[in-house]
Amino acid sequence: MSFDVDITLSRGEPPIHASFTVPAGITVLFGPSGIGKTSILDAVAGLLRPVCGRISVDGSVLFDSSRRIDLPPEKRACGYVFQDGRLFPHRNVRDNLLYGWRLAAPERRWMALEEAVTFLDIGSLLHRMPRTLSGGEAQRVAIGRALLSGPRFLVMDEPLSSLDVPRREEIMAVIERIRDELGLPILYVSHDRAEVGRLAGHVIAL
Amino acid sequence: MQLSAEELEIVLLSLKVSGVAILVALLPAFALAWVLARRRFPGRVLLDALVHLPLVLPPVVTGWLLLLAFGNNGPAGRWLMETVGLTFMFRWTGAALAAAIMALPLMVRAMRLSIEAIDRRLEGAARTLGAGPWRTFFSITLPLSMPGVLAALVLGFARSIGEFGATITFVSNIPGETRTLPLAIYSALQIPGGESNVTRLALISVLLSLAALVLSELLARRGTQGRDAHVL
Repeated sequence: MSFDVDITLSRGEPPIHASFTVPAGITVLFGPSGIGKTSILDAVAGLLRPVCGRISVDGSVLFDSSRRIDLPPEKRACGYVFQDGRLFPHRNVRDNLLYGWRLAAPERRWMALEEAVTFLDIGSLLHRMPRTLSGGEAQRVAIGRALLSGPRFLVMDEPLSSLDVPRREEIMAVIERIRDELGLPILYVSHDRAEVGRLAGHVIAL
Repeated sequence: MQLSAEELEIVLLSLKVSGVAILVALLPAFALAWVLARRRFPGRVLLDALVHLPLVLPPVVTGWLLLLAFGNNGPAGRWLMETVGLTFMFRWTGAALAAAIMALPLMVRAMRLSIEAIDRRLEGAARTLGAGPWRTFFSITLPLSMPGVLAALVLGFARSIGEFGATITFVSNIPGETRTLPLAIYSALQIPGGESNVTRLALISVLLSLAALVLSELLARRGTQGRDAHVL
């Protein structure tokens, strides 16, 4: 099983409860805005501590309140693609891409900068600053940054929501290739039915 | 304009006092700014008020309080003299301490605004990419608060170089030791026929402050590659 999640989060009232066990591939958390989908991703990434419960990915336990296990985010090897890209504004594209790569132990890096650049077709952007990128470009760089950090799984928070239709198509194709060619488990948040239909191996309706 | 030996001494002393003051104040000011911007704890309002006290108190009162605390018989003064041999009374170190205390609130304010403006989600992103809390601080938080640090240095320098009341109360007005530019101007005003000296010293003050402002603008512009760089 790739994602095995059973957690209770107290972000506002009522508390959010999420429980699902899914095999490899893309798992889409689907539901209306404001229901706590992002909070669940934050919990899996280690940015938000659940009140109680258990999170494991590919058999390794990231969080277990009964055993007092709570890995800090930097130890979870989680590639997080945020809704808004969240690139570091004071570093150029190349340094953004290499931020996690430089921190990863060499044996954990399974992708080189050149591969990521080719995979995402961002060779012409390397020396640009994030503020000069379009939404689609920024999102591709953000995906590259996450992949280069040597993650064992990805979490993606509506990575298409800030993009226009042609750009959506482009990023969607990239995500399909990550699923098919790289075989990483992906936890994906969406509130768009078309997106869900196209990407999802499993859908968790919230 | 050719500076006389006496004027040169005054300028160099002022630069030394102000430079040491802002360098000494920089770390505590950043720590205070960070704590006030990021942490919620009981007594935060009190700490905030204490930090701002030198800004609202009459400088003479601040100088007198420094005298009580850091004078040779003051608790802090005696402790520093006995442990590291540092004394403040009638010395330039005292002038630097007074300037640092007076500059502190402005420096904290500037850096705090900058820290509060940082998108904290960027720090979360750094953590997921493998950076621990300290690395996140040094690679994300600190560089993004640099405009505030720069503004703090300029404001702190301006405040220090103009410092008068607390300094003259705490360490008196001793030529070559504690007589910085404002104190020298004040002294020159006391002497009949000293107007030309006053004019020259005042002109030096204006030039020094202008130079500091221009320098900081240039630094800010270089740091941000020409994008909307304003220190103040």
